[in-house]
Parts: sequence; structure tokens; C-alpha cells
Amino acid sequence: MAEARFGPRTRPARWDVVHALRCYGHIVRMWIRAALAYPASFWMTMAGNLAASGMDFVVIVVMFLHTHVLGGWSLPQVAFLYGTSGLTLGLADLFVGSMDQLGVRVREGSVDTVLVRPVPALAQLAGDRFALRRIGRVLQSGAVLIWSLSRLDLAWTPLRALVFVSLVLCGTVIFGSVFVGGSACHFFMADAAEVQNSFTYGGATMLQYPPTIYARDIVRGTVFGVPLAFVNWLPALYLLGRDDPLGLPSWFRFASPVAALLCATAAGLLWRTGVRSYRSTGS
Amino acid sequence: MYAAVCIRSFRRYSTYRAATWARVFTNTVFGFILTYTYVALWHVRPHLGGYDLSAAITYVWIGQGLLSLLAVGDLGALADLQTRIASGDVAVDLFRPVDQQRWWLAVDAGRAGYQLLTNALVPMLVGGLAFHLRLPQGSAVDVVASWVATVLALVLALLVSYALRYLVALTGFWLLDLRGVQLVYYLTSCFFGGFFLPVTVFPAALEAVARALPFIAVFQVPADVFLQHYDTAGTLGALGVQLGWAVVLLGLGRLVQSRAVLKVVVQGG
Repeated sequence: MAEARFGPRTRPARWDVVHALRCYGHIVRMWIRAALAYPASFWMTMAGNLAASGMDFVVIVVMFLHTHVLGGWSLPQVAFLYGTSGLTLGLADLFVGSMDQLGVRVREGSVDTVLVRPVPALAQLAGDRFALRRIGRVLQSGAVLIWSLSRLDLAWTPLRALVFVSLVLCGTVIFGSVFVGGSACHFFMADAAEVQNSFTYGGATMLQYPPTIYARDIVRGTVFGVPLAFVNWLPALYLLGRDDPLGLPSWFRFASPVAALLCATAAGLLWRTGVRSYRSTGS
Repeated sequence: MYAAVCIRSFRRYSTYRAATWARVFTNTVFGFILTYTYVALWHVRPHLGGYDLSAAITYVWIGQGLLSLLAVGDLGALADLQTRIASGDVAVDLFRPVDQQRWWLAVDAGRAGYQLLTNALVPMLVGGLAFHLRLPQGSAVDVVASWVATVLALVLALLVSYALRYLVALTGFWLLDLRGVQLVYYLTSCFFGGFFLPVTVFPAALEAVARALPFIAVFQVPADVFLQHYDTAGTLGALGVQLGWAVVLLGLGRLVQSRAVLKVVVQGG
């Protein structure tokens, strides 16, 4: 009996996903309840998160006090990049951002307890210490994005709307994959966990500014290396009707779903390799 | 004795090799990103805020170098003091025949020394290889004077930063959750210290606020001294402002400390 109840392995593969998501949901709800048990602390930390992510935008606004264009892009256009970068990073951070604490758990050997439970490790670790306060960045970036859209006056067509929705979804998946893939690397180098910040927070900071200001090789690296350009730069070129500084074929602007799929697959493979190489601490 | 504490602290921090290199890597990546944003801005507005392009780029890399040295994002060695206050272990420290403020300054100085050799030098070297950085210029006397003034400004900056962080850590005697205070400290010190943008680029009212706050003595002043932003009198004045803030804030730290020890709450009995 017990085996039937705790043994998702005996079911078809698609049940594994449903099971994992359901477990993730349970863990997330538990942490939300825990956070709301101290409402004052929760609201303060959320307001703090909101202010912290807003600081980057203050910097951009101060820059635009001295100029009308940065790298050839206007303030509403840069605000669009800022909003989409922050929104997608914020959503990914909200859903799976807790995983960047994995390095600590690997050092302590506390991943053991996760692996013996009859719940997928990824679902447990992604939901662990789920921090609802991280919604602060989502709200703040969303507000900037709405402001930029109101100023940009885009001619909305069904295709534009589709590209916009896909930008938010695929961007979240790409950043989420970087979080998961980066965390998988903690299994091999637990002490160097901070490197991941370069790609998540550093990447998001980079995407807040137009691609035209960076050296071409760096932009190339975000297209063909860690594909962060597909988060918002390439779709934004289409949505805002701007020229590609790299002169890539125009279908690259619509290729974000492909990039997101590739990222998620790569992150999944890295994760599997990481979990299998886990050796505990030996004490 | 404090020298011994300082050396031990240096050694302790030097054992976290992988974490150090990870931090160096991250600071360098952010250095590149910030440099390109500065280049874009200074391209349209050369000499903005009194800096030419080369000085502006140097400003970025000094910032990335000093970020860890001055512990802008975190409390540095005082994170340990904060943990000890929260757990009540600080009661044991108070029994010891040492001055708390000096003890932790020695620990923090050891940490800063290690950060200087790794996190400050390596990103600056990488930045120097990738971009044209501005080193002190002029006659031999000017160059030597600038370097001496920079070293003095850095020592004073570390003192001011330490004094501020000591105050932040001491709030733990009254508050149990320090995350809010730390976040406020981080944001105000980064923004008004000039870490994101030089305060000379701010709108006038905001710049006036920044000039009235101590955070400017932590970063903007040593950076400006290195970039020879001031003449001789200006440099002495700037060092004087730093010294003033260091004395006031360290004094305030002692005052708060004498009140705080009366409030010691040992958790768990």
C-alpha cells in the first residue's frame, strides 16, 4: 500500500511532472503561510526588495537627466528593457531563486535529507524557503514596464501581442534555467556559488541597457553563448522596431521559444548530472 | 595584541579561496557592464560631473575594487558580531578584558587587508588591461603626493565604513531581525556614497543631501583623491571631512555601545 502511495516511479512519466508540481505547490504554500505569520516583517522586507530593485531605475533616470538618448535609445525604450529584464528575472527568482542557496546545503551535507524523501529533489529545493517578498521586484519592474508601454505608443497587432507574451514567458524560462543550471554547478563547486550571480543579476543588469552600448563580442556572447539576448533584447528589436546591431537574420527576433527550450533542456541535463555526482559530506 | 588579531583575521579570510575568486569574477563582470553604461553616457556628455571618459571608467573600476574592501554590500567582519549579538554569545565577549570596538576594528582590518590583495587589485588589473584607466598624473612630486593621499583616504574610508557598520551591527541589541536595517544601510550607502553614479552627476538637491551624509567619505572621496579631482587644499579638506566623520561616528559607536551593554539579552536563558 505504502509503495503505491509514495511510488510515483510506477506511474507513467507525465504523472511525475504533475506529482512534482503538486509537491512544489505544497511546499510553496507552506512557506507563504510561514512568511505571513510575521506580517510586519513580511511587508517591510517586501518594500525593501521593491526599493532595492527600484534603485537601478533611479540610476537610469539620473543618467537621462543629462541626455535624451543612451546608445541611441530613448528613456521609454530603455525603460521597456529595464521592465522586461526585471520582470522576467523577478519571476524566475520568485519561482526557483531559492536554489542559489544549494551551495550551502551541499557544504553542510543537508541535501541527503532531500534525496531520501519521496518527492523530486528539484521540486523540494526550488520550493525550499520560497520567498514571497521577492514579488517586490516583479511589482516594481511591472510598474516601470507599464509606464514605458504607455509612453511608447506601440501599434499593437496580434503578432506583437504574441511576441510580448512570449517575451515574458520565455524570458522567465531562460532566467529560471540559468538559476537551475547554475545551482546544479554548486554540486561540483559549492564554494564558488557566487559566480552564478554574474549570470543572473549581472545578466539582468546588462539587459536593462540597449545592446548598442556594449562591445559586439559581448552581445554575440549573449546570443550564441549564454543566450540572455533572447530574454528581451531580440524580441524588443521587433517590438520597438529597431535595427539589430549585429545584423542577425530577422527570425532571431522570434526565436526566443527555441532558446528557452534549449536552455531548459541544458539546465535539466546539468541538474541530473549534478544530483548524480552528489557525494554528501562524509561526516 | 590587536595586531595579532588583525593578522589572524587576514589568515582566516584567506582560507576561503574559491569564494574569493567567485567574488572577484562577479565584481569584474559587473565592472564591464557598468563601464559600458558609463561609456555610453560620457560619449554623449564628455566631462560630465567633472570627469573625462578615462576618469569615469577608472571611477567604475575603483568602485568594483573597493566594493568588497569597504564591505559596502554586507557588514564585513561585523557580520560575526551581529551573529554573536543575535545568539547572545556577545555576553562572553563583554567579559573579556578588551575594548569591543577596537577588537572588531582589528578583525575588520585583517579582512580588508586580504580584500585589498585579491578583490581590489585583480578587478582593477583586469579593468586596466581592457580599458585605459587614469592613474595619478603630473610631476613626480604630484604623483607621489596623490598616492600618499589615496592611501590616507582609503584608511580613513575604511574607518568611516567600519564605524557605520559597527552602528548597524549594534542595532541588533534592540532589534532581532536586522535584514531591514541592513538593506536600508546598503541602499543609502551605495547610492549616496556614489557607488552607482558619482554624486556630482546627481541633481543639485540630491547632491546636497549626499554631501551632508557620511557615506560620501566612504567611497566618493577616496576615488576623487585618486583621480586628482581636488587641488592640494581641496585634498586636505576632503581628508579632513573623512577624519571628522570617522571621529564623530566612532564616538557615536562608543556611546551606543555603552547603552547597548545594559540591554544584553541572552537568548535561551
